[in-house]
Amino acid sequence: MNPPSDNGPQAVYAAIRAEADERLEAFRTAPVPRIHIGMATCGIASGAMETKAAFEEALAAQNIEAKIHSVGCIGHCYAEPWVIIDYPDSGFPPIFYHNVTPGKAKMLAKLFLLEGDPRFEHVYGATEENEMIPWVGEFPRFNREKRLITEKCGKVDPEEINDYIAEKGYGALAKALEGSPESVIQEVSDARLRGRGGAGFPTGKKWQLARSAEGGSKVVICNADEGDPGAYMDRTLLESNPHQMLEGMILCGYAVGAHRGIVYVRSEYPLAVSILRTAIDQAREKGVLGENILGSGFNFDITIFQGSGAFVCGEETALIRSIEGSRGMPQHRPPYPVVKGLNGEPTVINNVKTLASIPPIIENGAEWFASIGTESSTGTAVFSVVGDVVHPGLVEIPMGVTLRELIFDICGGIHKKKKFHAVQIGGPSGGCLPESFLDTPIDYDSLTDAGAMMGSGGMVVMDQETCMVNVSRYFLDFTQKESCGKCTFCRIGTYHLLEILHRITIGEGEEGDLEKLETLSKDIKAGSLCGLGRTAPNPVLTSLAYFRDEYEAHIKEKKCPGLTCRPLIAFYIDLDKCARGCDACVGCCPTDAVFTTRTRKKGIDLELCVKCGECMVACPPEYDAVRKVSPPHLAPVVDRPPEGEKK
Amino acid sequence: MAKIVIDGAEIETEEGANLLKVCLDNDIYIPNLCRLETDETPHASCRLCFVEVAGYKSPVPSCTVAVTDEMVVKTDTEPVRRLQKTGLRFLLSTHKIECKDCPANKQCELQDIAKFLKVGLKPKGLKQRFHETDVDERHPCFTYYPNRCVLCGKCIRVCRQEHGQSTLTFARRGIDTVVSCFQGDDIEKLPCEDYRACAAICPVGALEVK
Repeated sequence: MNPPSDNGPQAVYAAIRAEADERLEAFRTAPVPRIHIGMATCGIASGAMETKAAFEEALAAQNIEAKIHSVGCIGHCYAEPWVIIDYPDSGFPPIFYHNVTPGKAKMLAKLFLLEGDPRFEHVYGATEENEMIPWVGEFPRFNREKRLITEKCGKVDPEEINDYIAEKGYGALAKALEGSPESVIQEVSDARLRGRGGAGFPTGKKWQLARSAEGGSKVVICNADEGDPGAYMDRTLLESNPHQMLEGMILCGYAVGAHRGIVYVRSEYPLAVSILRTAIDQAREKGVLGENILGSGFNFDITIFQGSGAFVCGEETALIRSIEGSRGMPQHRPPYPVVKGLNGEPTVINNVKTLASIPPIIENGAEWFASIGTESSTGTAVFSVVGDVVHPGLVEIPMGVTLRELIFDICGGIHKKKKFHAVQIGGPSGGCLPESFLDTPIDYDSLTDAGAMMGSGGMVVMDQETCMVNVSRYFLDFTQKESCGKCTFCRIGTYHLLEILHRITIGEGEEGDLEKLETLSKDIKAGSLCGLGRTAPNPVLTSLAYFRDEYEAHIKEKKCPGLTCRPLIAFYIDLDKCARGCDACVGCCPTDAVFTTRTRKKGIDLELCVKCGECMVACPPEYDAVRKVSPPHLAPVVDRPPEGEKK
Repeated sequence: MAKIVIDGAEIETEEGANLLKVCLDNDIYIPNLCRLETDETPHASCRLCFVEVAGYKSPVPSCTVAVTDEMVVKTDTEPVRRLQKTGLRFLLSTHKIECKDCPANKQCELQDIAKFLKVGLKPKGLKQRFHETDVDERHPCFTYYPNRCVLCGKCIRVCRQEHGQSTLTFARRGIDTVVSCFQGDDIEKLPCEDYRACAAICPVGALEVK
């Protein structure tokens, strides 16, 4: 181990850092307004490109001098597209605006940047404490988070390495390179970091195994094959701050003695791939990647491998097969990849979030990291909370926060007038938990005990209008389609689960089906080859345990309590509420099932109705006359007047 | 050398030997479909060769177990048989039972396993599900019957082991998975004319030489 020297990694780093700091300082002190726009995929999908173009156009047209700073995602999906306008000369603090349409952008350019009026009616909050505008730090959606992994997301331009370096980026690497690889592993072990991909294997232990494994050409793989429906944590991280993960990967390479890293990323993430490419190139240019990293003599390079979107390739042995050029099919473990992985070499495979956790651990120390979270699950968890919540998005919380705090306090709870019904955690491998589990702390063990699992961070919140049988059917449909087909239990077993669930949702469930679902599920869990099959029945088993009455209603009463399963519901129009002469529902019905009654109100011809629900959406809220019922025979019959009769 | 106990009988064998092979060599039958003697690593896909090994929570496929000294193994317990029966019923639910017209009749490993496990050929309580195509004639030398195939993958692996790369492959996913061939290959260059181990090794008559 070399002591810090004049030309050691820390010294080399200091020079790079000074350059980045200077650049940032110049940007911060320039006497012009700065407009930060969130430009990750989620922002772009909500129109951030158009918003940015509108700003550019307005600035040019009105000769306003201002800097536009494209940044990643801050995780506040409900606010997309968002901008922060930092205009010190206006006397206002930096202001966060949400849902900034191109029109709003042009208006803000003119009225705020030109005339100094920040338009209070459009302000979401200020990003600094001040006396004029409420500070976002006072809102639970902002202040209840603990950001380690996503700390720099939305602050830095992901395509500008200097932004990351100016935020202390690659400082952990410089620090670690002055010490021994073993001390890096020790730090990670002491931090008690567990794999963020879902299973929660201790990262330090995995690295130790890889370090002691024999092999000349060890490999580090970053698993960015995020595939759970509704989960987008890894994508956001790669699109918003790729360098933190890259730094973690280089640290891992140093720790285990590898010189080669591969980022396995889905090709469905084109923006993440392109941002990663830029980041890798810039890191090489800066000398933090490639040969003789920061003058330490340590070599490590990273390449990108694009997966073709098979869910099962997130399983590590299938992922390796896929890189080797074969069909992505899992193999029996042991041997584990840390012993015999890619091309037979010891291979460490870590999730994006696991690797992104490494730099903060090295920077701040294991003790600091272990003080966050709970005893058995240290650090933070990143969740993409989606579904029927008021403030969906990416949330990073310390482990141990309860589901209730996350869903209700941080994410704003369920939309008005509706009730919480269930939360699905862990994607197709996870489970659905009911209201009685809301006080469960979010950590690996508590969630597993509840029958769900931590998973990689997908969380779908569902309100009362959700049918749990249909949710199970959806997940089984997913796993069945994504099963690689190798082993009997997963390939055929999940098909039979799906077949039974399908029958139940169309009203053809039979007595004994639930028992059959249970026994088949247990056998599939015990018999399958890889994690995909072994966890595929979880959505069925948990929903059967916690929402059995819904299954029974489908089978015995042919009733769907969540009013979701189409064959078991019917629409009708409440004649007391229907307004004479309003034709909103008639116009939108694709099958001409809505007709006018003799009293000039509306009725639905149940023979023609395809239950698309369009009429319910179209009916003006002040009438709110369309009703849904289950079972269908509860819908009152309104006769259609004979053709040609005078209305 | 390792001394192990299988179903109460003491057996001497090599340390690290494959447990399934040890059982079979000692006339202890364990249902299996996907094991190839020449496999470097266990394929472990048919999920029939379960046994109980002391120290393991639940049954494990014996083809994946390397023998260690003083290992205690049970091959005939309720959890083992239950998993084997479920696995077999799953396979039978996608296997067209037309034994009379099948060339594998009486040599069919599915029939043997069903007899051994005392399971009828019709999978009780499971809806049968077949591929639309009954006969696949795309391969120049072989006829493939998707609704007989148990997807043990042995044909693919013997071909690869012989030629370095396989002319057969798995295709599609989930319940639709089949064995397929790479179309567009130059038939002249395929080794299939002289080499038919794939058809010979098929346990159920799903590959026939044309």
